[in-house]
Amino acid sequence: MLYNEPSPLEVKVVTRRFGMANSTSIETYLATDGYVAIRKAMEMTPEAIIDELKASSLRGRGGAGFPTGMKWSFVPRNSGKPSYIICNSDESEPGTCKDRLLMENDPHQLIEGMLIAGKTVSSNKGYIFIRGEYRYLIEIVDRALAEAYAHGFLGKNILGSGWDFDIYTHTGAGAYECGEESALLESLEGKRGIPRLKPPFPAVVGAFQAPTILNNTETFSAVPAVLRDGGPAYAALGTPKNGGTRMFCVSGHVNKPGVYELPMGFPLMRLINDVCGGIRNGKKLKAVIPGGSSSPCLKAEECDILLDFDSLAKAKSMAGSGGLLILDEDTDIVAVALRTIKFYAHESCGWCIPCREGTTWLKKILTRFHDGAGKPGDIPLIEELSNNMFGRTFCALGDAAAMPTTAFITKFRDEFEAYLKKSTPPVDTPELAVV
Amino acid sequence: MLTGKSMTFSPALEERFAKLLTSYPPGRTRSAVVPMLLYAQDEVGFVSRELIDEVAKRCSVTPLQVDEVIGYYSMLHRHPIGKYNLQICTNISCQAVGAEQLMEYACRTLDLKNRETTPDGLITLEEVECMGACAWAPAIQINYDFHHKVTPERFDQLMAALRDGSYEKKAS
Repeated sequence: MLYNEPSPLEVKVVTRRFGMANSTSIETYLATDGYVAIRKAMEMTPEAIIDELKASSLRGRGGAGFPTGMKWSFVPRNSGKPSYIICNSDESEPGTCKDRLLMENDPHQLIEGMLIAGKTVSSNKGYIFIRGEYRYLIEIVDRALAEAYAHGFLGKNILGSGWDFDIYTHTGAGAYECGEESALLESLEGKRGIPRLKPPFPAVVGAFQAPTILNNTETFSAVPAVLRDGGPAYAALGTPKNGGTRMFCVSGHVNKPGVYELPMGFPLMRLINDVCGGIRNGKKLKAVIPGGSSSPCLKAEECDILLDFDSLAKAKSMAGSGGLLILDEDTDIVAVALRTIKFYAHESCGWCIPCREGTTWLKKILTRFHDGAGKPGDIPLIEELSNNMFGRTFCALGDAAAMPTTAFITKFRDEFEAYLKKSTPPVDTPELAVV
Repeated sequence: MLTGKSMTFSPALEERFAKLLTSYPPGRTRSAVVPMLLYAQDEVGFVSRELIDEVAKRCSVTPLQVDEVIGYYSMLHRHPIGKYNLQICTNISCQAVGAEQLMEYACRTLDLKNRETTPDGLITLEEVECMGACAWAPAIQINYDFHHKVTPERFDQLMAALRDGSYEKKAS
C-alpha cells in the first residue's frame, strides 16, 4: 500500500515494484527481474561481487554512509568461524519511514540483497531485526521467506550450488538504541541493547562473536540492482562517491509530504518545491532537519545544497537516514529543541555518564526554559553541556543528542533570547527541580 | 526461583515459539528471550512473574536474565494495560503537524493522563516516540495498527469504533 502519491521526478530503483499488484509476491518479483542478481552472483567470486559494489559507490543508507563494498571487504572469509548477515530494520531515527515501505512492498528484494551478502562471505545464516512496532511487517516478511524457501532460493543447496542459507525474522521490543549496530547485536543475543566497545567492528566480531555483514534495509535492498545492472550503471544515477538513489522521507510543513526515491545529490530546494509542492499555506521556509533528528538543522539560507553525504557533511550537517523535516517560519525552534532532547533522554541507555547525565540535564534545562522560567545563564549552559557531551560517549547516541541541540542554539540564538526576555525565573525555588 | 507450574499458550504461539528456539545458532536460545516476551505479552496481556519464569525455562536462562531486559524495552510492561493500547507519537515530525495538540485532545476527551487506562479497561493512552510514520503525520498506533494523518475528527471516529466494538484493523 502506498501512503502518498509518487512524484514524476522520482527515479525508481529500490521502489520500482511499489504500487504493482501483489508486489510482495514471489511471482511478481520473478516477473520483474527478481532473483536474477543472485544467479549472477553465484557465478562470481567474492572479490568480483565486492568490486561491483565498490564501483557502484553505494553507501550505507542507515545513517553513517559508509561505503558498502568496503564494509563487506572487511569480513574475514577464512576465520574458521561461521559468519552472519544481519539486516538492520530497527528503523527508529525520528523523521525516517522508508525501511517500513521496503519490507511492506518488496520483501523479496531485501531477501535477495541478503542472499548476495551471504554468498559473498559464505555465510549460512541471516537475521532481519525488525523493530517491535512493525509487527505487521513480520508477517509480510515471513510469508516472503516461506515463498523463497519453496522456490529454492533459501534453505539447502540453493539453486543446486551446494550452498545453504537460512534467513529468520527477529523482533525488537521498543528501543531506539538498538538501531546502533553493536547494541542491535546485543539485543539479538537476548540482552539489553547496550553498545559494545569498538573496535573490533561487527565485520570481525559481530553477531554471536563471529564475522558479520550488518547493513540497513535500504542498503541490502539496493544490492540486487547493483549486481543486475552493474556497479557503474548504479553509480551513474547519483553523484561522484554517492552512487545511486535513495529514499527521502519528507515530513513537516510541505504541501506533499511523503517518501520519494530520488538520485543522490538531488537539490534540497527542488525536493521541497518541485517534489513536495512547496511550503504549505504559502509560508516561508525557516529550517530543514536534513537527515533524521540527530542531524544539525540547516537555516533557510543554507538550504541551497545537494542531498548527498559529502555536501551535507561539508555544511556541518549530515545526510543521515534520509529523513527530512521541513519547518516553516511559524515554527517554535525552542519547542523543537526540547522535543528532540526529550527523545534522546528517553532513549539513552544509561550505560555511559556523559550521555545519561547530559541528555537528562539538557531536558531539564530546556523544559524550564520552554516553560518560561529560563535563566540568563541557561543559553551558554545548554551550549556547554552539548559541547561537553559531543565525542565523549560510548556510542553515537550522545553525539546524536548534542549535534542538533548545538545547532538549534547556535543558529537560532535570537529565538532562545526572545524566550528569555519573556521569562520570569522563579525566585528561591530549588534549582532545576522542575522535572 | 522457578515455579513448578508451566504456562501454555495458543497453538499458533506455541508453533512460533518452537520455530524461534531453532532460529538461532546452537546454544544461543537466549536470543529468543525478547521476541518470546513480546509475542507472549500480546497473548497474556503483560509480562507477569509467571511469564518471566516460563520464558526463562524455555530459553534455558535464569529468570534474572529475562527480568533484566524488561525495563530496557519500552514495549514490554509488567502490569496489565487496556484492551487497546492507544499510542500517540509526538516526536518532531508529528509535533510539526499538531501531534501535541492531538495528545491534549486525547487526554481531554478520554479524561486520561499519559499512561492511564479508562476505568472500563478498554483504552490505555500512551505518548510514544517516533513510530516510523513521519511523512504521514500525525500518526498513532492502536495496538499494532497504524493510523496516519489523524485529525481530531478521525480520532473521535476511531474512539467511537473502539467503544462500540466496530473497530477493525485498518492501516489507513
